[in-house]
Amino acid sequence: MLSIKNLHASIEGTPILKGINLQVNPGEVHAIMGPNGSGKSTLASVLAGREEYEVTQGEVIFQGKELLELSPEDRAREGVFLAFQYPIEIPGVSTTNFLRTALNQIREYRGQEPLDAVKFLSLMKEKMALVEIDQKLLSRSLNEGFSGGEKKRNEIFQMAMLEPKLSILDETDSGLDIDALRIVSNGVNKLKSPSTATIVVTHYQRLLDYIVPDVVHVLYQGRIVKSGSKELALELEQKGYDWIKEEVDTAKATA
Amino acid sequence: MSKDNQLLEDLTSKEYEHGWSVNYEADEAPAGLNEGIIRWISSKKEEPQWLLEWRLKAFATWQSMAEPSWANVNYPKIDLQALKYYSAPKQSKKPKNLNEVDPELIAIYERLGISLNEQKRLQGIAVDAVLDSVSVATTFKDTLSKLGIIFCSFSEAVKEHPELIKKYLGSVVPIQDNYYAALNSAVFSDGSFCYIPKGVRCPMELSTYFRINAANTGQFERTLIVAEESSYVSYLEGCTAPQRDENQLHAAVVEIYAAAHAEVKYSTVQNWFPGDKEGKGGIYNFVTKRGICAGDYSKISWTQVETGSAVTWKYPSCILKGDHSVGEFYSVAVTNNYQQADTGTKMIHIGKNTKSRIVSKGISAGKSQNSYRGQVQVMKRAQHAINFSQCDSLLMGNACGAHTFPYIDIANPTAKVEHEATTSKIGEDQIFYCNQRGIATEDAVALIVNGYAKEVLNQLPMEFAVEAQKLLALTLEGSVG
Repeated sequence: MLSIKNLHASIEGTPILKGINLQVNPGEVHAIMGPNGSGKSTLASVLAGREEYEVTQGEVIFQGKELLELSPEDRAREGVFLAFQYPIEIPGVSTTNFLRTALNQIREYRGQEPLDAVKFLSLMKEKMALVEIDQKLLSRSLNEGFSGGEKKRNEIFQMAMLEPKLSILDETDSGLDIDALRIVSNGVNKLKSPSTATIVVTHYQRLLDYIVPDVVHVLYQGRIVKSGSKELALELEQKGYDWIKEEVDTAKATA
Repeated sequence: MSKDNQLLEDLTSKEYEHGWSVNYEADEAPAGLNEGIIRWISSKKEEPQWLLEWRLKAFATWQSMAEPSWANVNYPKIDLQALKYYSAPKQSKKPKNLNEVDPELIAIYERLGISLNEQKRLQGIAVDAVLDSVSVATTFKDTLSKLGIIFCSFSEAVKEHPELIKKYLGSVVPIQDNYYAALNSAVFSDGSFCYIPKGVRCPMELSTYFRINAANTGQFERTLIVAEESSYVSYLEGCTAPQRDENQLHAAVVEIYAAAHAEVKYSTVQNWFPGDKEGKGGIYNFVTKRGICAGDYSKISWTQVETGSAVTWKYPSCILKGDHSVGEFYSVAVTNNYQQADTGTKMIHIGKNTKSRIVSKGISAGKSQNSYRGQVQVMKRAQHAINFSQCDSLLMGNACGAHTFPYIDIANPTAKVEHEATTSKIGEDQIFYCNQRGIATEDAVALIVNGYAKEVLNQLPMEFAVEAQKLLALTLEGSVG
């Protein structure tokens, strides 16, 4: 589904990603972990098409298409969804209105008829139950005055509504208490299907107790330096990142 | 192509939608401004002597005044002698009713999306159609007259209801009020008049649709609304003009009189030609709008969506004379390219327990300049006056300017005056967030701007609100990229 080859990216001339290789197949959950500043969020942003990042090398194929050639909105319409680490506030625009605009533009791109109000609302009802979100929240201005947990829940709700092929969760666990974490993870798990894939970007292992990954990758200094099963995450939790850093640094020194 | 697609196509391919003009045979005054022209206009309109004298007095007053220069706008001096002060489509005989109006004129309004055919029209709105210097048609006159409501062109009101015009003309905006009001008083050619009798709630929206068609012609019209005790009316005003290279002057006066317990709601969607992308052409919109809450518990509410005009100079105001009277001003002013707007309001608290509320949302893009100028004045006798003002500015890009000039003048210590102001930029973050959900940038801007202006747009009557939303998106077309 997603194939990243030798991806290099920089921001304002500073290289952040230095040769990422990653293969994600349908039905899989990949976790990307790593110490602060390793490039985790950059990877998520580059895949979504944030302009500040300049891709200097490499390619990303998403369902047979050159992802990097597409505009951010077309990537979304092709089925890439990013759950933001810091969801953005849009005053005066309700989540409902926002999602209706989004969904209908996606449907138009795919040659589908726009959903009428009745169908849209019934879809909303169905998805609301999935992430245990209150309708009142959805008629308020998007993310404005939402608590940290509400914002993240709203991200997952949007994900449920837009039914992406590939979901990228950027530090979705940050700022969540244990109940919110459970609700958000439940939502993500319920949305999993054999035809969709998820990339979970996280600093902590905690989230992976709820969203169980098929593969865990460790990102350090802009490269994936280690990949393994979910046990790797547990190991990181116990030992921290230092041993990986040392491994990499030693390898560099001997090279 | 789907309907939405078509709309998108329309939005991206057209600039100013109403930029066309038609050729009709016109009855015009020669260019120039002098006493002779004023007499010419007055006799053309078969006016009574008192009105001619009023005009001449205004002209003399105007001659002693200087053009104001305090507004935060820049434009070359207007050569008032080069303008024509009267231009009207020639009609062989004066139409007695809608059926007799020249179909060509009806067609002009059809093309603007304003049907003057009462059967086709949504039942909720009566229209007075003003083309260049004259009113060409007024709909639903008969229906309204059954309730005692007078809704007609200003010229007709002068003939049919001289006592009302004599009583109220210039009572809210006196001749000497300002340079453009004085000029208007001297040369005004037509406009709308509306009278709501005591205790009547006007069952439909009344509206005036102003269209400038002729070149090198100024449009000077007056609107006078009188709401008697415990009456209610909601009034709408729309304006468009052809796309021309030279600037054109529009200097209107609107006066509103509200007696005790009366309520008047006045909404404007101003979409005069704003000039092209290089700042060439466009309307100079120098307008004086004022209402007086003369009676206790009366209320006047102004709502404006200002998207057009090259230069706007406009301060719809309320004089809160009656005790417990309420004044409101809701405004969205959008400027793009080289547009300049200096707009705001004045709230003059005279009566006790008077309340005013100001919500101003400025949006600047391109190389435009957008200023809010507002005055809150609490007079000595205005015990417990309350004002709340909120002035927000939204900037798009780095080449535009937003300015706020609030004046607060309080002579009574019991007054409560609050002023809030914010300035923000449409964030790249907000646009990216929308993009990431599949929303194209132009639509994202429309969504964000409409959200920002929502509090004001909510004040507009339903049909107008939809129109205004589309207009906002259109005006900001291409401003992010």
